[in-house]
Amino acid sequence: MGKILLVSRLAARDLRHRPAQAVLVLLVIAAAATTLTLGLALHGVTSQPYQRTRAATAGPDVVVSAFGQNGGSAASLMALARAPGVTGHSGPYPLASPVLRAHGHAVAVQAEGRDPAPAPIDQPKLTQGSWVRPGEVVVERSFADVLGIRAGDRVTLNGRPFRVAGIAVTAALPSYPMESPGQIWLPRADARSLAPSPQSHATSGQPQPPDFLLNLRLADPAAARAFANAHETPGLAMMAWQDTRDQDATLVTNSQQDLLIGSWLLGLLAAASVAVLVGGRMAEQTRRVGLLKAVGGTPGLVAAVLLAENLFLAMIAAAAGLAAGRLAAPLLTSPGAGLVGTPGAPSLTVPAIALVAAAALTVAMIATLVPAIRAARTSTIRALAGAARPPRRRAGLIAASARLPVPLLLGLRLAARRPRRAVLSAASIAITVTTIVAVLAFRQYAHNAQQGYGLSGLPNPQTTRDSQVLLVITVALVVLAAINAIFITWATVLDARRPSALARALGATPQQVTTGLSATQLLPALPGAIAGIPLAVGLDAAVSSGQALPVPPAWQLLAVVLGTLFVVAGLTAIPARIGARRPVAEILQSETA
Amino acid sequence: MSDTDNTSVLRARGLRKEYGKEAGLVRAVDGVDLDVAPGQTLAVMGPSGCGKSTLLHLLGGLDRSTGGEIWLAGHRVDQMSERALARLRRDAVGFVFQAFHLMDELTAAENVELPALLAGRSPRAARRRALGLLERTGLVDRAGFLPSALSGGQRQRVAVARALANDPLIVLADEPTGNLDSAATLEVLRLFDSLHKAGQTLVIVTHDSRIAATADRLISMRDGAFVDETRVTGGTTGRLADLAGLEG
Repeated sequence: MGKILLVSRLAARDLRHRPAQAVLVLLVIAAAATTLTLGLALHGVTSQPYQRTRAATAGPDVVVSAFGQNGGSAASLMALARAPGVTGHSGPYPLASPVLRAHGHAVAVQAEGRDPAPAPIDQPKLTQGSWVRPGEVVVERSFADVLGIRAGDRVTLNGRPFRVAGIAVTAALPSYPMESPGQIWLPRADARSLAPSPQSHATSGQPQPPDFLLNLRLADPAAARAFANAHETPGLAMMAWQDTRDQDATLVTNSQQDLLIGSWLLGLLAAASVAVLVGGRMAEQTRRVGLLKAVGGTPGLVAAVLLAENLFLAMIAAAAGLAAGRLAAPLLTSPGAGLVGTPGAPSLTVPAIALVAAAALTVAMIATLVPAIRAARTSTIRALAGAARPPRRRAGLIAASARLPVPLLLGLRLAARRPRRAVLSAASIAITVTTIVAVLAFRQYAHNAQQGYGLSGLPNPQTTRDSQVLLVITVALVVLAAINAIFITWATVLDARRPSALARALGATPQQVTTGLSATQLLPALPGAIAGIPLAVGLDAAVSSGQALPVPPAWQLLAVVLGTLFVVAGLTAIPARIGARRPVAEILQSETA
Repeated sequence: MSDTDNTSVLRARGLRKEYGKEAGLVRAVDGVDLDVAPGQTLAVMGPSGCGKSTLLHLLGGLDRSTGGEIWLAGHRVDQMSERALARLRRDAVGFVFQAFHLMDELTAAENVELPALLAGRSPRAARRRALGLLERTGLVDRAGFLPSALSGGQRQRVAVARALANDPLIVLADEPTGNLDSAATLEVLRLFDSLHKAGQTLVIVTHDSRIAATADRLISMRDGAFVDETRVTGGTTGRLADLAGLEG
């Protein structure tokens, strides 16, 4: 008990003594925890709203479309309505594919002819206005949102004017943009008058047989997929309600996947940040470790104090991340306009909370373990003298650097002294470039998808949502990477005080030393930035279930690498200049003392 | 050397270095005048904290003075930019520190060749020069050793070799035997003696009377100012060990 009290007291005192570092550790772990919370909060976000929509609209178990061009007809649909296991139906409803013009956009739509009376199965739930009347249409909500259509607006279908009577949601079809083209409902007579569409005349040269849609209710809704598979023919397309639900879910699954991957990347960066911070702190705490050991502290106690400090910070960071993630989740967890209801603030389950806490503790543990063990192993005499950890010797690099200009000579030798720090720096840059390249690839994909999307180049709500999520992750990663670069440079500057001062005493100019310190960061940043490109491609290949994202153009990749190096140089120049400003004699004397 | 004595490699006039303000003002160097002729060995002695090391740092351009003038090799040092000072240190000054200040991760040869590499010499020329200097200091067989594998005296001899890497006009040594035992002190004394014979200009700051006895001139310093000067040249060279009382 006494030991725990001692460890807690020492850890608390040290944290209070260095509040800025404690806050930074807390912030970097909290950023990773927040992203992980967001990713977990998106899990299953659409399933509940879909079920609500299905209940509110008397959603069908199977939707059958009969395409006249392929031999489907109203008669074949009615035969299906009498199939074993079918307990009810609505329709067949005539379908048309007119071009809708509204607010300057021209979009191909699926127009479904309906009766003024409510249907027993799939009666779309109005969220605005009223149900269809002659000369009026009802527009599916997610589609209406994209077009900016409201009840009372005027639209045209194949050039004929219609008034928007209302806006509604349905569980029969996946919401826009899953169901492309967009969905509208209008009176049967109007639908028949619009079908077949002018496009089908133009392509076939002959008037096309009409298309129809039928909604079915089954005795066993769970068997909807089996029913659809059993009855699908070339003229009849079937869609079970489970498929509709799953397609709606894809609206957020990409975002969820992005957030989960982003949270792991942020977690890795956070581990790198904490490792650098803790390592830097250890360099400053060498004498304290010596004192603890000199007064009887065991190596275990020294390691325990360091671990306790960072695990305590990680617990607070996890709590902060969970709270921030829960508060921010509704911004990303909207199920989309195609479904009724919202999931509200996502309730975090106990396993999710445990996962976030475990992730935060793991980050702190991984980052602290090596410095803690090193501190525990440091000889008491050496620690009391405040001697820095002896630098590594890389004979090959030292020999090779002799041929380089002075700044590169200094930079390479300084980088070689602390290979672990160089690896952390390279990894941090690689993760950041991976994300930036992934975002560029996604933008390229979204641009390509947009070009082949509808007739009007309407924004795709799914890609818009994914872009927002990726932007949030990228900003968080770039900020964390920038903080990392500054931390690492500062740690390098502190560690390189003596060799830098000595180089200046032996004739290196302050500019050469400053450039050398920047080179220390740029040397690992270059392979890190280059490695980020294949890593992004690999990451995309690993996580994309379907079509892989396109590789961004070469000029963009080159710009990312050069831009990253430029930013690293800029970020490191300031601490490097500050470090090189201190008088040589002062540094050499203090290092001797 | 427009304003300086043509016979001086190093000259200081009214040199001052102050720390703090008002009641807390400390005059580490207080109005020092100094001339060092080429080939001369000057020893500055005094108790700890009298300002010897600060004076040496000012003379070598490692620190900025509060007032006064310093001329080195015909250049006014105290008004130079950091960049120009660095170049001057590189080309004209060699430093030897009490704590050796060798790079821990570099071998003896790599430490010695470093100033030459910083001066832009080719790696081959720098290594050749380094091995030559290590031979001169009797350490060529230790060229590939890390400082941690060398004795204190050997480390200081490596540091002296490094100070000579760019053939400087003057070598400034700050308590070069301060961290050494008697045997190691003798090694270093012999080395300085050989430099003296070779005509190397030396300024040695020390509180060790044995090393001071090897100098041509001995200046005593107290509270930042010179209080006494003795010319001891005329026979020390060659009788160094006897004078120092370290042998036989």
